[in-house]
Amino acid sequence: MKFREVNATEAVALAADGHRVIDVREQNEWDAGHVAGATLLPLGDVAPRIAEVAPDKDAPLLLHCAVGGRSGRAAAWLSQMGYTNVVSMKAPIGDWKTAGGAWNEPQEPLLTPAQQRRYARQTLIPEIGQEGQRKLLDAKVLLIGAGALGSPSALYLSASGVGTIGLVDDDLVEESNLQRQVLHGADRLGMRKVDSGELTIRGLNPETVVVKHAERLDAGNVERLIGGYDVIVDGTDNFDTRYVLNDAAVQLRKPVVHGSIYRWDGQITTFVPFEGPCYRCMYPTQPPDELAPACSVAGVLGVLPGIIGLLQSNEVFKLILGAGDTLAGRLLMFDAMGTSFDEVRIWRDPACPACGEGSPYHEATT
Amino acid sequence: MSTIRIPPVLRENTDGSRTVNVTGATVSAALDDLFAQHPALRDRVTTDGKLSEFINVYVNDRDVRYRDGLDTTVGTDDTIILLPAMAGGSR
Repeated sequence: MKFREVNATEAVALAADGHRVIDVREQNEWDAGHVAGATLLPLGDVAPRIAEVAPDKDAPLLLHCAVGGRSGRAAAWLSQMGYTNVVSMKAPIGDWKTAGGAWNEPQEPLLTPAQQRRYARQTLIPEIGQEGQRKLLDAKVLLIGAGALGSPSALYLSASGVGTIGLVDDDLVEESNLQRQVLHGADRLGMRKVDSGELTIRGLNPETVVVKHAERLDAGNVERLIGGYDVIVDGTDNFDTRYVLNDAAVQLRKPVVHGSIYRWDGQITTFVPFEGPCYRCMYPTQPPDELAPACSVAGVLGVLPGIIGLLQSNEVFKLILGAGDTLAGRLLMFDAMGTSFDEVRIWRDPACPACGEGSPYHEATT
Repeated sequence: MSTIRIPPVLRENTDGSRTVNVTGATVSAALDDLFAQHPALRDRVTTDGKLSEFINVYVNDRDVRYRDGLDTTVGTDDTIILLPAMAGGSR
C-alpha cells in the first residue's frame, strides 16, 4: 500500500499546496455539499475514468469520501495502477469544514431525479450535461406552422426536453396532410392542428408545456406571438409571412431557424439578428408566385420535411446550448434525389432595410 | 466548361435537367449560353434584360452580388448556382 492517509488538517494543507481534490462519493452526497474545487468521481467510476480525469500519474491527488473508507479503497487501486502521489483523507468530511477547508454549500439540483433518468443519454454528452439539459428545459421555442416542417421539430424538441413549445397554426388536420405531417394521425381528421399537436406532444413528454396559438401569423400579431420565445422555427408556406416574421425577429432580436421545401429539395439556414444575415439580406425581393408554388400545388416528398425539419431542430439545440457552429451565414441545400448537400455563403447586406446600416431597429434596442 | 445548377422550379424549362454545362468566362456569358440552350429560361430569370432580383447567383459558394455581379469571372471547373427563394411550407 503505497498511498498515504492523512487527517483533515493535513488534507486542508495539502489541498492548499496544490493537491487535486477528488470526491469519490455519489452524486446525491455531492449535491448535499462538497469541497470547493473538488472533482466528483464516484467510487464505481474511479477505475474506468481516472485516466480521463487525471491523466498524469505523478500528479498529487487528494481523495476523500464521507469518512475515509471508500477513498482508502480508491487510493489503493490508484497506487496499483501506477499513480505515485495519492493521499486519502481518513476523517469524517465534517472535519474538513472544521479545519477551515473550502466548502460549497448544497445547491438546488439542476434536474429532478425523474429528469435525470429521462434525459440520461443526453446529459452524458459533454457539451450538454445537466447544465445544458437545464437550459433546454428552461427554453421556449415557437414553431410557426404545426405542419410538415413543424412536426419533426415538435416531436424531437419535446422528447428531448425543450421545456416550452409554442405552436402557431390556424389549420385543421386534413387527409392530404398525413403523408408528411407526422405530428397528426388518421384519428385527428378535422381537429385543429394545435390541439392535435398538443395531444401528440403530451403523449411523448407530459412535462412539455404546449402553448397553442390557433391563428395565422401576420403583421398585427407577430410581436405578441414571438415576443415571449427564445428561438423561432420558421416552417411557413408563404413569402408574406416570412418577411413579416423576419422584420419582427430582427427588431426583437430573436434567432429564426429557416426551412423550406419543394418536391425533392430543401433549404435551411439560421438567421441571428445583427450577427449574421437576415432573410431580407438573402432575398431582398419576393419572387412571383409561379416561381414559388406551395406544396399544395407543387407536391412534396413525404420524408423531405422530416429531414429538413430535424436539421432545424439541430440548429435550435445549438442556439439554446450556445455550443457548436450554427448555419448563421450559410445556406444548406439538400437534394433528396441525388442525396447530396450543398452550401453557399450568405452575407449581411449593409443596405438591408431590416438589419443594414440604416436599420430602424439598431438604435431602439441596443 | 462550367456547370450551371438549375433550381427545381426552373427544371421544367431544361427538360428536367438539374445541371447544364455552359461556356463563358463570366457569369453573364455563361448565362447567355444557358439561354441559347434553353430559351424559355431567359424570361423566367431576367427582367428587362437584367437578372431578376429574386434570384441569387452564386459562383461556387459565393454570392456574385458581393463580387463583380454578372461580370464575375467563371473558371472551367466552377459551378454556378441559380437560387430563387423557396416558399414553403408546411400546409
